[in-house]
Amino acid sequence: MVTLSSDTRPIIGRGPPLGASFFFLALLAVTVMVLDHRSSYLQTARLWLGAAANPLYAVVQAPFDAWDWLTESFRDRSRLRAENARLTDELRQARVQLLSFAALREENRRLRQVREASRDIAARTLVAEIIRVDVDPFRHRVRLNKGAADGVFRGQPILDAFGIVGQIMQVDQYSSLAILVTDAEHAVPVLVNRNGLRTIASGSGDLDRLTLPFVTLEADIEIGDLLVSSGLDGVFPAGYPVGRISRVQRDPAETFAAVEAEPLAQLDRDREVLLVWVDQPPDTPAERPGEPEASSQPAQADAPSQPRPAQSTAGPTETEAP
Amino acid sequence: MSETRVGHLRVTFTVMIALLFAITPLPASIEPARPGLLLLLVIYWSLSAPRIAGLTFAWLCGLAMDLLTGVVLGQHALAFLVVGFLTHKFQLRMRVFPIWHQTLTVFMLLALHQFLVFWIDGVVGQPITTWARWIPVLTGAMFWPALVAVLDAWNRRSR
Repeated sequence: MVTLSSDTRPIIGRGPPLGASFFFLALLAVTVMVLDHRSSYLQTARLWLGAAANPLYAVVQAPFDAWDWLTESFRDRSRLRAENARLTDELRQARVQLLSFAALREENRRLRQVREASRDIAARTLVAEIIRVDVDPFRHRVRLNKGAADGVFRGQPILDAFGIVGQIMQVDQYSSLAILVTDAEHAVPVLVNRNGLRTIASGSGDLDRLTLPFVTLEADIEIGDLLVSSGLDGVFPAGYPVGRISRVQRDPAETFAAVEAEPLAQLDRDREVLLVWVDQPPDTPAERPGEPEASSQPAQADAPSQPRPAQSTAGPTETEAP
Repeated sequence: MSETRVGHLRVTFTVMIALLFAITPLPASIEPARPGLLLLLVIYWSLSAPRIAGLTFAWLCGLAMDLLTGVVLGQHALAFLVVGFLTHKFQLRMRVFPIWHQTLTVFMLLALHQFLVFWIDGVVGQPITTWARWIPVLTGAMFWPALVAVLDAWNRRSR
C-alpha cells in the first residue's frame, strides 16, 4: 500500500484518541437516528442537506437529458406526424368523454349534497419528473425533481395518467423521495369499485403486484374487479384507480383468500408523474384516527386505522425487528 | 504541506466519483450487486492516508450515503464509522497483509457494515429480508484488489 501522508508529528498529542472520537461520533450517529426517526426536529436540516446532493443528481441525469434531447431533435418527420395524429385523436375522444363527465360531475355533486357526504377533491396538480438515479435496489422508491421549494409535502399523493403511483416520503429543498404503491412497506386503503367492498392493498415488493391480505373467503371479489382508493387514510383522494384484481385463490383452510392485484399506474415506465394537492372539504373530520400518523409515516400507519370488513386481528404491514 | 493538500484533493475527488457511482442507474438485473465503492474508499483512505481520512471522514461519508438513499439519517454514518474505526485500529497490520488476506479482511468489514445496516433497518421497522442484499458484500470484496491496484498506481505516479 502506498501511504499518502506520512505523519511527522510525535505520537503523543495527536488529538483525541481513536476510542474517544469513535465513541463521540457513534453517540452522535445514534442521536441523529433517534431524532430523525422519532421526531421532526431534523426536517430543516434534511431539507438543506438534501439540497446539497442536488448537483450530484444533475450530473447523473445530464447524459440522459442529452440523449433525450438528441433523439428528440433527430426524430423523423413522419413519426412526428403519426404521433400528432394519434394524440389529436386521443384528445378528441377525451373531449367527448369530458362532455358527459361534466354533467355527471354536477349531478354527483348535487347527490352528494343531498347525502351530505363530502369527498376530497384533487384541486391542484403539478407535473414532476422522475430523476434517473437509483435510490435503493430493494425498495420501490424514486426521486422526483420537485421539492419543498415547489410546495411538495410529506404524504402527498402521486398519480399518473392511469392510477395512483405512490406518495411522497421525504422532502428535500429541490427534490423529494417517493414511495411507490408496490413497495413492501406501503399500503393503500381501497374499495372494490363494483360493490364497494373495502379492504387494503399493500405492496408486495414486485412492481406488477399488489397483495390484498384481508379479504375473507366469502367476500365478493373476482378477477378483473377494479380497485379504487377509498380515501379513508386521508392521504389519497377517494375514487382514483389503484389496480385490477389479477388473482383470487380461496383455500378453505385459510381465514383469508389470497388475492392479488395488478397496479394500474405504469410504475416501471413512468418518466413523469402528477403531484396532487387535495382540497379537503371544510367539514371533513380532520381528526380522523390515524390521520396525522398516516401522513407522517407513509408505510405502516396507513393500514391499521382502517375499518376493515375482515375481522382480522393482526396488523397488515406489521414488521418485526430481526 | 502541499502534499497534504494534494492528498485532500485526491480523497475528495474519489469520494465524488463514489457518490456518483452510488446513484448512477444500472440495469435492474445487476443493480442489487452494485459494490459499495464509497465504503471501499473509506477503508482504502483510512489505510493509506489515515491523517486525512479519519473517523470524521468515515462518518460524513456515511451521512452522505444516508441522504442519497433516503434512509433514516445516521444509519450508514454509524455503519461507516464502525468500519472506519476497525480499519484505523488494525491499520498497521492490514497494510502489510498480502492482498488476498487484505481482501478477506475487507470482506469481513463489508459484511459487518451490511449487518449493521440490516440491523438498523430492522430496528426502524423497514427490514429487507431478501438474501440479495448480501451480494454487495461479495462484489465489493471482489472489487477491492482492483481498487487498490488503481489507486496505488495513481498515488505512486503522482508523488
